[in-house]
Amino acid sequence: MKTEGTVLLFIAGFFALVAVIYWMWGGEQSGTAMLAGTALLGLLPGSYYFWWSRHMKPRPEDNPQARRADGAGVVGAFPSSSIWPFTLGVAAASVGLSLVFGFWTAIVGFVIAAMAVLGVIRESRRGGVV
Amino acid sequence: MTTLAARPEAIVGPPEEEHGPSGFLKWITSTDHKVIGKSYTITAFIFFLIAGCMAIVIRTQLASPDNHIVSQHVYNELFTMHGSVMMYLFAGPFAFGGLANFIVPLQIGAPDMAFPRLNAFSYWLYLGGGTIMLLGFVTTSGAADFGWVAYAPLSNSINTPGAGPDMWIIALVLTGFSAIFTGVNICATVFYLRAPGMTMFRMPIFTWNMLVTAILILIAFPVLTSALVMLWCDRHLGTHIFTVSGGGVPVLWQNLFWFFGHPEVYILALPYFGAVTDILAVFSRKPVFGYKGMVFATIAIASLSTSVWAHHMFTTGTVLLPFFSIMSYLIAVPTGIKFFNWIGTMWRGSITFNTPMLFAVGFLVVFLFGGVTGIFLASPPVDFAMHDTFFVVAHFHEVLFGTVVFGGFSALTYWYPKYTGRMLNETLGKISFWLMFIGFWVTFMPQYLLGEEGMPRRIAEYLPHGNWTVLNRISTAGAYLLFLSVFVMLINFVEAWRRPVPAGDNPWDAHTLEWATSSPPPHHNFYWIPPIRSERPVWDHNHPDHTTLPAPLAPEPALAATVATGDEGRDQ
Repeated sequence: MKTEGTVLLFIAGFFALVAVIYWMWGGEQSGTAMLAGTALLGLLPGSYYFWWSRHMKPRPEDNPQARRADGAGVVGAFPSSSIWPFTLGVAAASVGLSLVFGFWTAIVGFVIAAMAVLGVIRESRRGGVV
Repeated sequence: MTTLAARPEAIVGPPEEEHGPSGFLKWITSTDHKVIGKSYTITAFIFFLIAGCMAIVIRTQLASPDNHIVSQHVYNELFTMHGSVMMYLFAGPFAFGGLANFIVPLQIGAPDMAFPRLNAFSYWLYLGGGTIMLLGFVTTSGAADFGWVAYAPLSNSINTPGAGPDMWIIALVLTGFSAIFTGVNICATVFYLRAPGMTMFRMPIFTWNMLVTAILILIAFPVLTSALVMLWCDRHLGTHIFTVSGGGVPVLWQNLFWFFGHPEVYILALPYFGAVTDILAVFSRKPVFGYKGMVFATIAIASLSTSVWAHHMFTTGTVLLPFFSIMSYLIAVPTGIKFFNWIGTMWRGSITFNTPMLFAVGFLVVFLFGGVTGIFLASPPVDFAMHDTFFVVAHFHEVLFGTVVFGGFSALTYWYPKYTGRMLNETLGKISFWLMFIGFWVTFMPQYLLGEEGMPRRIAEYLPHGNWTVLNRISTAGAYLLFLSVFVMLINFVEAWRRPVPAGDNPWDAHTLEWATSSPPPHHNFYWIPPIRSERPVWDHNHPDHTTLPAPLAPEPALAATVATGDEGRDQ
């Protein structure tokens, strides 16, 4: 976890430095804002990972000498099939098209999206079957 | 249904059975990263063929002066959609949607991507967005025709009214969110689902590059998406963010767009850099030369690429020329390190020139030329002379065709056995490569000369002037050769489908973890994982006498079968 945090913190440091140089050299606002935003994007997760890396139990994937047995067992719960991502994709496309063709496709899109969100929640709680 | 994925400890079996629908229903419901990866790959390849056909029409139009195969308006639509489909719908999704989805979990020993349903949702956003973009052609005003960069004020509602441009904007918002979600998924997968012993500095270079690409996506795409929302507001809600008349700043669009656009070039390139690195090592039968140097060079390229956006805007007169010029030149340093290491990887290796290796070496040559002409263009005086000429078109295509098509075909032919369990035909693959390699130079070298002679890009017709006619004809002939090479590759895919030649688990005697599982891999990927003691675990296992490990592998006890299908487990 330490390497992950370091990579992200490097991004924060690099873009903070570039933002300062860019601002002091040229004084251009939009570029400075985007560079500063990028530095924050690295800083937020980077500092979290770095902090967490110092407080967590060492993970087998960070240990070069780890044996396969160290990480054996359940890794996580994975849905093997679900109709709801497709449904949500149709809903997103319908809502997007409403910005071109009028509000009526958004109504259809929001109804489908609500169904999809409810479906995902039910599936996550009870183990959904297609 | 939800299943629990367990990580195997040693040789166990049989592999997990997949319970679920098949056929069309499997396509629309699967959350398996392999199915989604294949869907992305096939969809992106279809978009590649569509955009390639547009390129053929464009080149045919330019084959003769004052040609009228298509009208000027249609020509504008064609070059806009050719660029948009290639950039947004083929090159990126083929890499971070197709290859990364399929390969990254396998390379780190993970059972799936971290968020499988989000992964599937990303694909449907991408397919929906891509379809909406192409449907612009059937609207009364036609598809978007303001170039793939949509510069303001050309892209406002006065200069380019109609539904087609709006559909282009919506399509990019949808595919942008798809890319962002995929970026989050790749980061989470790499950070949290690695197998024991798979430390960050043992990950294959492809996975490292995909991680850096995912971070670049998270930096760049939100800027594009927000810029598109602003553009839509300018077009429909009466805001004046990019229009002078209401106090807006048109060049702000260029700043926002290129803050996305230049990292986008590396979002497209870095995955293929990674694939080619692994492929060169496998076909040279050597480890990657300078592994950590490659990782740091990738991070350096990504960082610098986000600090050079305004080198696309030198001629606007509003940018800090020395800053952007210096930063652009600096990218040559980590890229040079990569070239040095690629050559070092091949140096004194036992090289075999199979199809993936040929495309990888082709990538090296083509990308080198594209990179060198990029150094020319990083110099403001040269850029002032060459801006908006065919020189830039040639440079751009050498960089992107070199990485995305040569690198992409290298990756596709390399991992095709893992995708399908079948081998591609070597002869057809080599014919395809040579047609492409020759066709590439015939197409794009004349365009450098056209640029030097001052031919502007994005014009549908031209008068006979200097060598323009002959150079354009040569370039068009090359484009037909490229078309033929892709056609031969398609025949190769069809042949592999009709007359399958079984590939086995590891036909290339490759090094990395995806080759430890069956071809195609079972549900949840692995029923056996070798000990991971270097960045080449499969090589270490298969060639214990030829490893680079400092000490012999400590034997691990054989362990009982532990793979759980999950159906009997916690059902939530």
